[in-house]
Amino acid sequence: MVDTERKLANGKTRIDFQTDPSLYRHWKLAVDGDVATLAMDVDEKGGLFEGYDLKLNSYDLGVDIELADAIERLRFEHPQVKVVLLRSGKPRVFCAGANIRMLAGATHAHKVNFCKFTNETRNGIEDASEASGLRTICAINGTAAGGGYELALAADHIMLIDDGSSSVSLPELPLLAVLPGTGGLTRVTDKRRVRRDHADFFCTTEEGVKGKRAVEWRLVDEVVPGSKFEEAIRQRAQDFAAKSPRGHGAQGIALKPLKRERASDAVEYSTTSVTFQRPERLATIALRGPEGAPPANADAMLALGADFWPLRLARELDDAILDIRINELDVAAIVFKSCGDGERVLAYDAFLNANRRHWLAREIAHYWKRVLKRIDLTSRSLVTLVEPDSCFAGTLAELVLAADRSYMLIGEREADNKPPAEIALSEQNFGLYPMSNGLTRLASRFLADPAQVDAAKAEIGRKLDAETAERLGLVTFACDDIDWEDEVRVFLEERASFSPDGLTGLEANLRFGGPETMESKIFARLTAWQNWIFQRPNAIGDEGALKRYGTGQRPAFDTKRV
Amino acid sequence: MTIQAIDYSTKIPNNVNLTEDRQVLRALESWHPGYIDWWKSMGPEGFQEAMVYLRTAVSVDPKGWAKFDYVKMPDYRWGILLAPQEEGRTIPFGRHLGEPVWQEVPGEYRAMLRRLITIQGDTEPASVEQQRHLGKTAPSLYDMRNVFQVNVEEGRHLWAMIYLLQKYFGRDGREEAAELLQRRSGDPDKPRMLGAFNEQTPDWLSFHMFTFFTDRDGKMQLESLAQSGFDPLSRTCRFMLTEEAHHMFVGETGIGRTLQRTCEAMKEAGIEDVNDIERVRALGVIDLPTIKKKLNMHYSLSLDLFGSEVSTNAANAFNAGLKGRFQESKIQDDHKLDNANYPVLKLVDGKIKRIDEPALTAINMRLRDDYTADCQRGLERWNKIIERTGVAYRLELPHVAFHRQIGEFKNIQAKPDGTIVDDATWSRDKEKYLPSKDDGEFIQSLMKPVTEPGKFASWIAPPRVGIDNKPGDFEYVKIVA
Repeated sequence: MVDTERKLANGKTRIDFQTDPSLYRHWKLAVDGDVATLAMDVDEKGGLFEGYDLKLNSYDLGVDIELADAIERLRFEHPQVKVVLLRSGKPRVFCAGANIRMLAGATHAHKVNFCKFTNETRNGIEDASEASGLRTICAINGTAAGGGYELALAADHIMLIDDGSSSVSLPELPLLAVLPGTGGLTRVTDKRRVRRDHADFFCTTEEGVKGKRAVEWRLVDEVVPGSKFEEAIRQRAQDFAAKSPRGHGAQGIALKPLKRERASDAVEYSTTSVTFQRPERLATIALRGPEGAPPANADAMLALGADFWPLRLARELDDAILDIRINELDVAAIVFKSCGDGERVLAYDAFLNANRRHWLAREIAHYWKRVLKRIDLTSRSLVTLVEPDSCFAGTLAELVLAADRSYMLIGEREADNKPPAEIALSEQNFGLYPMSNGLTRLASRFLADPAQVDAAKAEIGRKLDAETAERLGLVTFACDDIDWEDEVRVFLEERASFSPDGLTGLEANLRFGGPETMESKIFARLTAWQNWIFQRPNAIGDEGALKRYGTGQRPAFDTKRV
Repeated sequence: MTIQAIDYSTKIPNNVNLTEDRQVLRALESWHPGYIDWWKSMGPEGFQEAMVYLRTAVSVDPKGWAKFDYVKMPDYRWGILLAPQEEGRTIPFGRHLGEPVWQEVPGEYRAMLRRLITIQGDTEPASVEQQRHLGKTAPSLYDMRNVFQVNVEEGRHLWAMIYLLQKYFGRDGREEAAELLQRRSGDPDKPRMLGAFNEQTPDWLSFHMFTFFTDRDGKMQLESLAQSGFDPLSRTCRFMLTEEAHHMFVGETGIGRTLQRTCEAMKEAGIEDVNDIERVRALGVIDLPTIKKKLNMHYSLSLDLFGSEVSTNAANAFNAGLKGRFQESKIQDDHKLDNANYPVLKLVDGKIKRIDEPALTAINMRLRDDYTADCQRGLERWNKIIERTGVAYRLELPHVAFHRQIGEFKNIQAKPDGTIVDDATWSRDKEKYLPSKDDGEFIQSLMKPVTEPGKFASWIAPPRVGIDNKPGDFEYVKIVA
């Protein structure tokens, strides 16, 4: 198979993850009191790439970028909303899942990135419920196939119209010889707890399951006749709103557009600079600490809104990571650097901690949690360089802990009057930012000896020099000025020389030690099984199912079981 | 009810050796009472006790398939009759071309096949439901008998599909069979599967249009299923087609007689201008422009039944050897379509263009083209009727882009000549092309029952020949007061 690049629609050369409701082509977000309606009405001609139509509410990455944006806006701009109704804007069709022609013509890298992002978006829907009490009710008014049902699976409550024909299905295997790529199988078994033999039937039956059986098998929570559907949705929204802890008259903040300037080898944000060293296949993300002290109180934070430094930085960092993931496929490693005053970073952490019951402070903490998870799940080598004048303290120290390797400079650099590098920990490092395995980065790091976590905890608020940080196990290597340049250069050159595929697998294995959660299983199985099947001739060979889909030709399978 | 209570071999005419088929007998035992209940509650309203002069098929040979006699509809002998098995029949198209036909369902095609049969089956009772009020406004006993004949045969066609589901698809098949009786035309909770079968059939002009246009879609679908490599389906559909021809006949002659009557009345009254609608309507006949609007509506709704022009499902069904093309065996090609193209009308940059698509994916388009040609032939015969009366008027089929809800043109509005118009223009002019509420009310005002043998309502001419060659004043329906 030739893995050729598709052309982006409308002459675009990069995929942009920034959007806002005035630019949506596929979703309509309407807020009415404490209930929001997020209606999927995909514009057939609005595909991200040329060469396919998004029929029957099928989606591509562009559709999901809007969905992800809408979910974030519900959290920050509409804190009074308690329930979001996820539904279709089209009659008798809910969602036909990921667009198959798009998938069939996409590069492998795009498919993987697409699935990863859609998974993160679904997890975001679940996180909004779990962390913020924003409940999602999915109202399925027609066919919900494949990714369409996986979208529904992210909801707290699934309602299916009982019209004798509308069904939920995961037809990927019988239809396309691949697996559901957005957590479908794992959510069916682990979230919905569908019996394994029922799940086996369900996942091999192209037309899916409808009506009473869908409820009996736990695939949906209720089925409702068409004439009572709207009333039942309204009622259910009320029920869930009554039980949601969210809201209470809070005023939202506007997620205004990011400040972002792009040059050929650099992207400049207000708090973040990205530079590409293309010959070395590196991207350096430099984060800037806060310019001043935190605001006086929560109202002042609210007034700052999206300009509030922790939120601004998180949004910019998120955009930078997504941009590298999808638009800079040749980048082998992401190097994190920072500059600024670590004390001020700690002061912001303390401020957020003191206001942790304020909805905005809470949302910002969860936002950081998601951004850091996104970094964990990025299939590039992650390297953090802790140098003089850096500010890897508290929340930002998570980037040291998230790295596959971290290097910290001991003492001063020759002919440089900057004070020696320090890192510091805050309360934030001990529970606020779990990884997808459910553990903090520190707990994941010290699986062998939890006492090391306690030892680190005893250092909260203290400035730790390189040797102390190394002794505490917070950095990989501390090196002095004489060794630094070579150590770092050799490591990065070596990294860039390894097989990119091998590294992707290796890093994904090593980053998530310890226990599994539904979330970690979803990503691990996506990386392992789905991506393997997606590469096999039975799916993408010239006679494979994905290639032949839509032609009427049957796939020809290599029948050997592996 | 037990098996002993009913002797199915006499109750149900069949050529499938029913008495010895325990599996199907057991299924019928639970299904038969449900069917009768359905017929009584959803079949023709008010005439269940009437004696109707109906044709019953008791066997498939030329002597047996059209036995005429008076019968109460609930006692109609709905049979299970398949065209005789052809020795050595092979699959006539697709990737299994030339292989022996299947007498059992191939596992890999089970879901696809069941879906095809269920959709076909769902249309059969739907039309009975849509037409259940028509008996009360029949323009003659002759016409009343015709709608009942169509109804009982649609019922039999449901039986035919039910038989296949129960005989070949196990538990799933039985469940689908039960659901066929639960869905109801136009019901918001349990609608019939296809859009056109949830529309009302409010009057006799609609009924005749329906049997001409929509039943003709049924004929095309049956023709393509009659090609199937799954032999029981092929045999079933081949026999159903012999009955379906009568439905076409009812539609074509019904509209023909309506046109005849309108034109004759205009001539008698000396009206030359077909658009002088008020004067024409005052004669108690349906003006030609309104008939044209009804034609526009029914043709466009029926086109939707063919699905998307380019269709993966249709391609899969053809390639699998389950559903062929119209008169497959008469087509001169390789019957595999691996590399062939077929022109499809598509919307490209706001213009309607003919684009070559892989023929395999354009199966629906091809069947629809054959359908249009078939409709056109009937239309020519109607135009001949008008021409013979000396009225200057012609009926035409509207453009395929006109008034569509499914396929390439669903998002645009086009006039009957195919000119694309904006939404505002469409809203303003729509009633020039489609029946308005007023048109509907006028037609409704003519729907007065005529139950005296040999008499006909003002708006429709008598047929040239009676059913079963009966004389003009034959009492086709003996109504129980």
